[in-house]
Amino acid sequence: MEILYVLIPLTLILVAAGCWAFFWAVDSGQFDDLDSPGWDALDDREPNSGGAREG
Amino acid sequence: MSDRHDEPRCFHCQEPLAGSTLTARIGTRLEPVCCPGCQAVAEMISGSGLADYYIRRTTPSPRPATEEASWQAYLEPQVAAAFVSRGPAVDSVELLIENLRCPACGWLIERAVGAIPDVKTVDINAGLGRAHIEWTAGASRFEQIMRTIAQLGYVPHPVTEETTSRVYCAERRSMLKRFVVATFGMMQVMMFAVAGYSAELGGERIDPTLEHYFRLVSLLVSVPVLFYAGQPFLANAWNSLRTRSVSMDLTVSAALVLAFVASTWNTFAGHGEVYFDSITMFVFFLTLVRLIELIVRHRTSSVADALARHLPATAQRVVGEKVESVPIGQLRRGDEVIVPSGAIVPADGYIVEGTTLLDESLLTGESLPVARRVGDRVASGSINTGSPVRIAVTATGSSTVLSNIVNLLRRAQTRKPPAMRTANRAAAVFLRVVLVASVVVCATWLAVDPQRAFAATLAVLVVACPCAFSIATPAALAASTARLARQGVLVTRPEALETLADIDHVIFDKTGTLTRGEIQLAGCEVVGSRSREECLAIAAALERSSGHPIASAFRNMETAGLTATDIATVPGFGIEGTIDGKRYRIGISAFAAELRGVAVPRTGEHIDATTIVLGDEHEALAVFTLSDALREDSPAAVEKLRALGIDSEILSGDGSSAVAAIAKRCGVSRFFARRTPNQKLSRVHELQSQGRRVAMVGDGINDAPVLGAANVSIAMGRGAALALAAADVIFVSERPSALAGVVRTARRTAQIARQNLLWAGLYNFSALPLAALGYIPPWAAALGMSASSLFVLLNALRLLPRESARKVSVTRETRTALATSA
Repeated sequence: MEILYVLIPLTLILVAAGCWAFFWAVDSGQFDDLDSPGWDALDDREPNSGGAREG
Repeated sequence: MSDRHDEPRCFHCQEPLAGSTLTARIGTRLEPVCCPGCQAVAEMISGSGLADYYIRRTTPSPRPATEEASWQAYLEPQVAAAFVSRGPAVDSVELLIENLRCPACGWLIERAVGAIPDVKTVDINAGLGRAHIEWTAGASRFEQIMRTIAQLGYVPHPVTEETTSRVYCAERRSMLKRFVVATFGMMQVMMFAVAGYSAELGGERIDPTLEHYFRLVSLLVSVPVLFYAGQPFLANAWNSLRTRSVSMDLTVSAALVLAFVASTWNTFAGHGEVYFDSITMFVFFLTLVRLIELIVRHRTSSVADALARHLPATAQRVVGEKVESVPIGQLRRGDEVIVPSGAIVPADGYIVEGTTLLDESLLTGESLPVARRVGDRVASGSINTGSPVRIAVTATGSSTVLSNIVNLLRRAQTRKPPAMRTANRAAAVFLRVVLVASVVVCATWLAVDPQRAFAATLAVLVVACPCAFSIATPAALAASTARLARQGVLVTRPEALETLADIDHVIFDKTGTLTRGEIQLAGCEVVGSRSREECLAIAAALERSSGHPIASAFRNMETAGLTATDIATVPGFGIEGTIDGKRYRIGISAFAAELRGVAVPRTGEHIDATTIVLGDEHEALAVFTLSDALREDSPAAVEKLRALGIDSEILSGDGSSAVAAIAKRCGVSRFFARRTPNQKLSRVHELQSQGRRVAMVGDGINDAPVLGAANVSIAMGRGAALALAAADVIFVSERPSALAGVVRTARRTAQIARQNLLWAGLYNFSALPLAALGYIPPWAAALGMSASSLFVLLNALRLLPRESARKVSVTRETRTALATSA
């Protein structure tokens, strides 16, 4: 059972890392528009110089 | 929607073709279009290699505006300067794009604008209808960008940094983060709780050291859940404490904080109950409900909705003899501005010239316009419903007028419907009862069984939260407002929906709401030796160069390669011209007959129509019947309303014969012609005194008082700013038949709001005594309270439209043609 004293802090660190990753994703705007980026995959043309999408 | 395929429709905007013979070249095919505007846009899209758009789109494309475009006001250098932010490397602009309806639209704009030289970044957010565009500094591309977007049929509006969408975006982001923290935290704490519960079930007890350890970890995880994820509730509770008011967040927070303090105490004391699982679960559900509420609210305030409340960016400043457009922010004390009819007063001041009626409803709530004359004070934000006036500016708000306007906007948006205010008042009373009850429950249990006192008090505080009760009506209203906005119907006052549900009489004010207001070709009777097509082509060629309103009836016709030369226009009579060496005349019959000296042919009579004749040197070729065309769905509108048990009548200022003809064709039995606004007003009052609830459909320009008097006012069209501000409901789609659908939605909304109120009321009143008697443990209370809120929200969500997979028909041939050409 002593292993729990190591494993539980480890899960907590993992959870914290998950939260941090999600915060980063939200702050970089990945959840702002859930519709249009889906269409980009269907576009087989090279992105032209002006139309580049930036996060 | 089922009639979409029945009649030929425009390839671009999916409106009925209405007799148009125009086509647009898309890839290798010719597709029918309804007007030169759609033709130009479709060919431009195809010509730029963007025809994929037609495969991708899920909603019909906007019909390009033919009138003077509103966006051109933004091109004035001074105005543009206020919106274009200049950086060292790039200049950028934020645009709010009207009609941006689906991701494909965003893709189209991104491609088209991205193709402009110097443009570096095009970032489109289709969800919010926003675009962020950057281009090389100093490369003045602003005008070209605006023009390109407008040419695609969208209306671009530059916005300053402080827009609601930006606020929404930030709000959504922070809510998402809080939600994720609550979710992760709840999962962790629940894991430890389950360990304890399962040991208890087996009749054993968990190892005390391990239990203590679990409790410490749970405490650690609960801290961010409660103080980060739950922070909005705690902050609201603190605010209501300071203002000595009662809010729902107060009982929620009281329960949360009490449970947390007790649990922490017990953790360190090493005995007694801990409630960390209940706390985290409660915060999780509360955040979930708030998140859903936020999404519903944001969907509701769609781009179009935001624009309907958007005030103009420019003012007409008088400088010497000239009038120039300047951004509102540049107005200074002492300036003189002209406020045209239908415009919004840009700054506080007093009238120096002119007399008018001002609608100050945005400021005072007074719906009737008030008379203002020279020397009278006027307030910014009020709307000039009368004649143009000149105003001397005395104040431009506390800082700038723009920020002042933003405040006005906010105030207008946060105005709560009366039903909601009533529900909130009831909720406040109920909350006081709950607080008192929890004290009583606590005292009673302390006397009876001190062990259970804390749990019972906690349960009462949590279970009795009237959250569901107070979101019952607003959730339903928000959802149906969003639904209607998708159908091109903007609801400017949510409470109008409640009134609309009870409507039993509709007055069509002005025939203009049932007709298009533009002259159209109603009939073509061939009387000579030429075919119908030839006659139409000749007429179209002759009329092509004319600016007369009648010419617009022929504008959509193909000229089949014919060009008219030596054109002579005889005002009031007609046009004469030469085509392929032959002379033709088109105009009133006597004028056409002059060319050949033959008697005038007379044909079937149309009461509301004018006829013109096309003739050559030998004979009369064709008789054209022109009329102000009925909107094609007007009869359907009246019919559908009748099916809902709603009477229609026409109350028009027009002449009786025209009104009678339109009433006959729409199937309206009751109509009144040549009514003055006063007579219209008294008719509305008369109906209301008979107990009828009246909806008034107008064009919103000159009939503001009549619209204001009706129970619900509905404006048709994309008209002046005034029309948008004066009416409760605006039909951007310009389809009268949408009215029946709106009434149905309103009735369904009222029904769902009633269901919600009933459910929430039942829940609260039945759960409270049970909790007080100690039958509900705190975790069940948290679950019950959250479930009732979720139920209410989900019930309201039924009002939202279901996404249909593909609303726009693209024939298989078109698809293949496009796929091969691309």
